[in-house]
Amino acid sequence: MKFRAKIVDGACLNHFTRISNMIAKLAKTCTLRISPDKLNFILCDKLANGGVSMWCELEQENFFNEFQMEGVSAENNEIYLELTSENLSRALKTAQNARALKIKLTNKHFPCLTVSVELLSMSSSSRIVTHDIPIKVIPRKLWKDLQEPVVPDPDVSIYLPVLKTMKSVVEKMKNISNHLLGFIHLKVGTKYPGDFSHFSFNPIVLTIRGQFSQVIEANLDGELNLKIETELVCVTTHFKDLGNPPLASESTHEDRNVEHMAEVHIDIRKLLQFLAGQQVNPTKALCNIVNNKMVHFDLLHEDVSLQYFIPALS
Amino acid sequence: MKCLVTGGNVKVLGKAVHSLSRIGDELYLEPLEDGLSLRTVNSSRSAYACFLFAPLFFQQYQAATPGQDLLRCKILMKSFLSVFRSLAMLEKTVEKCCISLNGRSSRLVVQLHCKFGVRKTHNLSFQDCESLQAVFDPASCPHMLRAPARVLGEAVLPFSPALAEVTLGIGRGRRVILRSYHEEEADSTAKAMVTEMCLGEEDFQQLQAQEGVAITFCLKEFRGLLSFAESANLNLSIHFDAPGRPAIFTIKDSLLDGHFVLATLSDTDSHSQDLGSPERHQPVPQLQAHSTPHPDDFANDDIDSYMIAMETTIGNEGSRVLPSISLSPGPQPPKSPGPHSEEEDEAEPSTVPGTPPPKKGPSPVLAEDSEGEG
Repeated sequence: MKFRAKIVDGACLNHFTRISNMIAKLAKTCTLRISPDKLNFILCDKLANGGVSMWCELEQENFFNEFQMEGVSAENNEIYLELTSENLSRALKTAQNARALKIKLTNKHFPCLTVSVELLSMSSSSRIVTHDIPIKVIPRKLWKDLQEPVVPDPDVSIYLPVLKTMKSVVEKMKNISNHLLGFIHLKVGTKYPGDFSHFSFNPIVLTIRGQFSQVIEANLDGELNLKIETELVCVTTHFKDLGNPPLASESTHEDRNVEHMAEVHIDIRKLLQFLAGQQVNPTKALCNIVNNKMVHFDLLHEDVSLQYFIPALS
Repeated sequence: MKCLVTGGNVKVLGKAVHSLSRIGDELYLEPLEDGLSLRTVNSSRSAYACFLFAPLFFQQYQAATPGQDLLRCKILMKSFLSVFRSLAMLEKTVEKCCISLNGRSSRLVVQLHCKFGVRKTHNLSFQDCESLQAVFDPASCPHMLRAPARVLGEAVLPFSPALAEVTLGIGRGRRVILRSYHEEEADSTAKAMVTEMCLGEEDFQQLQAQEGVAITFCLKEFRGLLSFAESANLNLSIHFDAPGRPAIFTIKDSLLDGHFVLATLSDTDSHSQDLGSPERHQPVPQLQAHSTPHPDDFANDDIDSYMIAMETTIGNEGSRVLPSISLSPGPQPPKSPGPHSEEEDEAEPSTVPGTPPPKKGPSPVLAEDSEGEG
């Protein structure tokens, strides 16, 4: 297994840094898949991630001017590595004013991805910063869980509004739902009923319903609604005139009412985490909803594609 | 004691207090004939810091009222720092700062004369104390390097602010290397990212150390002095010896000088931390020069290592390891004050060459406030 790559172009370096910052916000640990033409950042829908999955893909030749890799074997010419995303983004942060950035797979005391940055310096000598990011090589038998997720036929497909706006709306909704608890049940017990001279407290029991439930619904008429519902109050934000991309399977939806909403209840924190990762407004942003099953976000940041799946709350 | 600080020096004083607050919780204030000294030591006595402000730093400086003994006091760092908490405020609104200590009153009075006739008076309670003295002598350290603080500031930039310790050493080709230090974890699955910064000899005004020497010290404590030195645009000198012996960081200009003495990890300490895999552990932090500044040639990069195909496990201890410089504690070269005599700082008048014990030793690093000694 071998991997060496080099970036010398400043714009490519900045773009790659932005992508890694985004990944760091979306997933604490992720899988990096290296193949001859592409790099993928993958998060598979394990229970530990709360069922969220992510697939980010970039064409290596858009970034690296040198790229060499040799996979596990000739038939399986790929490398799957697990790493802490924040390490990569921190390492790339030091490359802001770099002359060149090299990444390679090494084994110094432990397997790592070594990011080596040659900095521009005032003096004649070069300054070199090296980061050894610890990695875990993922064995071939686990690769099947890390393939590109199949995108199910959506009930509605719609273009998203400006993500920054969406994020601030969702943030406010999360704050509201934090404070407006649907239902609170307090129980304070006494050891000896009627005798308050010796009393002990039973643990206080709080029952909160639907605190983190966010509804996303959209229709084929360019309308998207974000809703939170509690027993006391319901807040909805309506986005109109968003536009819908042409659906792949037109035939099945021909007779459907264009204004009919497809909806899904998801965890608001996961939605917020996804939106927080989008520092820059993407080139293209699409949202696919499978009624009561999941929401699939399909974004394009210049030439890097990002797909993010949030399942419905069970 | 009475001293008056005016203009831009108020902010300098404030910055020094901020710097000291990174080290210890108590500030020892001692007016000397040479100037006002502010000192502190950390709770484990593994770090000592001192700033000495010359009489010329002040618009007025009176170490003691005539006929009286020099007073010394110990104040809570938090209290003193609160006066200088906001450096921006100091710069914008404070015109004069007057510090006075009167034997009769039991308060250290710090008065800030601000714009628009506003006067803020802080009455800080203090404790009498003996002089806090550290035993160290930069001249007795065989190795030293000196660079503008800005260079060292740039050198520590790649390291996470949370990083506790760093290893400084000289690698191949007289390159100066800074590398993050992490204690060996028993649980080897949670590995930390290792960062290394490599600078050329040309970045340093003076470099007097052989290839292979290295010390490990607390980065957080060093950052305290570094930020002060950067803001004052001074050069910073590092005098060091074998691992385990304290490292001395100094800055100096015509109006003030500063010393930070930090304990360094000794070889025995690193060994005792290593409980797991003796064959993997290096006797001292291993440094690699990634540097030979040959023309950028990716294909011929000689610092290279290939992963051997691994299907199932990651047990690669036996595979190829990068060429490296192993540092041996070895016999130290004879201590020669020699060429760096011009760098000799005469610190406090009471400096005595001594041998503070290693960082994690049970005994305190520095001389205690001695009982019954004037």
